[in-house]
Amino acid sequence: MASLTINGTVHEVDAEPDTPLLWVIREQVGLTGTKYGCGIAQCGACTVHIDGVATRSCSLPLSAVTPEQKIVTIEGLSPDTSHPLQKAWLELDVPQCGYCQSGQIMAAAALLQANPNPSDEDIAAEMTNICRCGTYNRIKAAIKLAAAQSRG
Amino acid sequence: MTAALDVSRRTFLVTSAAAAGGLALGFNLPFNGGEALAQTSPEINAWVVVRPDETVVVRVGRVEMGQGTLTGLAQLVAEELECDWDKVTTEYPTPGQNVARSRVWGNFQTAGSRGIRDSHDYMRKGGAAARQMLIQAAADGWGVPASECSVAKGVVTHGPTGRTTTYGKVADAASKLEPPKDVQLKDPKDWTIAGKPVKRLDTAEKLNGSQIYSIDVQRPGMLNAAIKACPVFGGKLKSFDAAQVEGMPGVRKVVSVGDNAVAVVADTWWRAKTALDALPIEWDEGPNARLSSESIAEMLKEGLTAEQTFVGNQAGDVKAAIAGAAKTVEAVYGFPYQHHATMEPMNATALWTNDRCEVWTATQNAEAALATAASAAGLPVGQCEVYRLNLGGGFGRRATSHDFVRQAVLIAKQMPGTPIKMIWSREEDMLHGYYHPVTQAKLVGALDADGNLTGLHMRISGQSILATINPQGLQNGRDPATFQGLNPSGTEGVLGYTIPNLLIDHAMRNPPVPPGFWRGVNNNQNALYLECFMDELAHAAGKDPLEFRRRLLVNHPKHLAVLNAVAEKAGWGTPAPQGVHRGLAQHMGYGSYVAACAEVSVDESGKLKIHRIVAATDCGHAVNPQQIEAQIEGSFAYGLTALLHGEITLKDGKVEQENFDTYPIMRMDEMPAVESIVMPSGDFWGGVGEPTIFVAAPAVLNAIYAATGKRIRSGPLANADLRRA
Repeated sequence: MASLTINGTVHEVDAEPDTPLLWVIREQVGLTGTKYGCGIAQCGACTVHIDGVATRSCSLPLSAVTPEQKIVTIEGLSPDTSHPLQKAWLELDVPQCGYCQSGQIMAAAALLQANPNPSDEDIAAEMTNICRCGTYNRIKAAIKLAAAQSRG
Repeated sequence: MTAALDVSRRTFLVTSAAAAGGLALGFNLPFNGGEALAQTSPEINAWVVVRPDETVVVRVGRVEMGQGTLTGLAQLVAEELECDWDKVTTEYPTPGQNVARSRVWGNFQTAGSRGIRDSHDYMRKGGAAARQMLIQAAADGWGVPASECSVAKGVVTHGPTGRTTTYGKVADAASKLEPPKDVQLKDPKDWTIAGKPVKRLDTAEKLNGSQIYSIDVQRPGMLNAAIKACPVFGGKLKSFDAAQVEGMPGVRKVVSVGDNAVAVVADTWWRAKTALDALPIEWDEGPNARLSSESIAEMLKEGLTAEQTFVGNQAGDVKAAIAGAAKTVEAVYGFPYQHHATMEPMNATALWTNDRCEVWTATQNAEAALATAASAAGLPVGQCEVYRLNLGGGFGRRATSHDFVRQAVLIAKQMPGTPIKMIWSREEDMLHGYYHPVTQAKLVGALDADGNLTGLHMRISGQSILATINPQGLQNGRDPATFQGLNPSGTEGVLGYTIPNLLIDHAMRNPPVPPGFWRGVNNNQNALYLECFMDELAHAAGKDPLEFRRRLLVNHPKHLAVLNAVAEKAGWGTPAPQGVHRGLAQHMGYGSYVAACAEVSVDESGKLKIHRIVAATDCGHAVNPQQIEAQIEGSFAYGLTALLHGEITLKDGKVEQENFDTYPIMRMDEMPAVESIVMPSGDFWGGVGEPTIFVAAPAVLNAIYAATGKRIRSGPLANADLRRA
């Protein structure tokens, strides 16, 4: 049994220590908003925050996470889909199929946390998640919109 | 421990015996332990249900995979229904219900950019018929003629007395009325909901993790399966040593699946995959074990000069034109295999018992999925059902084959009564695709002394999709889909250029690699071959590529109009920014006319930057312009990914690219600015999900030539040296 703090709740999980965090979150904890895309930290669909840092959970073993570390998944980003990025995403109708969007939003949230006023270049350099539908331009616009609205 | 999820929002329509009386029962299907919530609401007709709280449920046969069809079709129904758009929601009838009701919802297949263009008529009529019935019910309630009543936003008003009621209040009475025999549809110029850039109906649940995709399905008592099929195409499963993994954590069963695959069933998918990776498997690699990209290329090369061909388009005497030309131009192009690489890998959940089989999956054609499920289950279609989930990407993969449904059912059949969720790893997904077919083309153009194009021979050599996927679609052996966008006539994809002596023919060469419908399908390479060669011809003739095309497009004003639109907006003929060069392309497919102007620069080290794409589309009617713009942007991302990076290669009979590290996908830093011109000319219905992808690669390749003097005739650009010639 291992202990994980996810979205403010402590979960006791029964999984082998080398199980990727992604699959613990999806299968043991039952939070399916975090997605499997590649399993090798290439696509970013599995992005969660660990102590505020965007992390590709498909390639991080359960044994590498301590009970004290704060894991946040898309379900815990805001209680009511009210994070500035979620609002901007809604405003600009960003998602198409939506499968990568949990990871995109989590990556963007960590970006804005570190850099509240990113340039286009900053965004392109930091946002390396794959979107097969091609929503990149709207993602960029939504990050800038959220940044602008957060500045007031 | 396990946390319960609030996923009750995802509603499915489930038929029961009561539905035969014209009443449908819509209730939420329980997922992840959620409780079923029975809600009885009257059905006005197959398309429209109005609930007492005024919610209007529009039922959609086509499926949503990101392209916005669900919202677009709901807009069309709501437009005719005159309901309150803010109260509109959608649901999917199941294929079993469609079969039971004589296919009242039409074709479920969502491919070929057909979601709206092939459904608008019956869905608008469904909305209009429901409006008439609801108004009639209100009028009957008041004892007045329906002609004295009007409706706006779902509120019915009796003109002479000013009395009002709502759709929700009269829905029950309306559901009992005879449907009208004939309905009048609105003139699109009077549209207030359709034709407007309204927001999608399905965004909110994609922002907080609450949308349930097929891969997220939970059923009571469910187990998970990981699977491996023989990595060599056509190979079989020889043996496996289950004893080696049966004691591993969570493992319940190791089963063979058909004659070419083996699966491990465990309590979690990760445990199933871990055991599968440890399972000793022996394959019989079969006849294709020596197949390679090189052997396939040789096979296609032979076809470039073969005598026996199928003809797609012909005029005059091309041989004579070439023989008598003042100047001839010749070039050979190629287009490598591509993978769909949907973000959500193939998966399906199946529950099999002696007398029933149910499947939950992401499919572009639920009716085909149902047929596949029934066949694998060994049960009549009437004892099977498929429940549809929104797709984590489709792009044609989930329309081409339901191999994943077949596998899930074959596993579930070996564990009766236990729901089995089978998920392909990314590696399995890459190795068992239905790949964009491989072709080469040899083009020969004849120019007269004034630089006019007097003859063109375009020889395509390569793979037919239909020959493998749907041989019934062949016409005396000829695959008509090979000539997408090159046809002499019709409404689907007509060659815009008028060339007095013309021959477009196809030497069919079918390597044993499964081909599939990949966003844009054969238009992708046909547009690339022809539009890049047009650029070559223009330069050989000493003419401006825009002017050269314009003269040849005089008989096809809609083709010409989109080309002119991009040229004007991009500033063709005016100086581009320092170091930036432009390229053009136009094409017609899936009933729509598209053109693009790309602006690129290439630095001294050969590094390419695609700065801007100006793209125009004439799709006849534009149901949701902002979603069309999203599809245009997405088409460029998909098409340029193929041009920049996309290449599936084969060695020893298997695909060499197993994940995104060796099959890279364009990321944000490579995505150009896209400026869309949506210019519906109004007298036809064309598709939007695919068409602009056709012009993505050729416009960029022509701009690269302008920048470097280099003709790149086969992708991906990752293999090319772009340093100035």
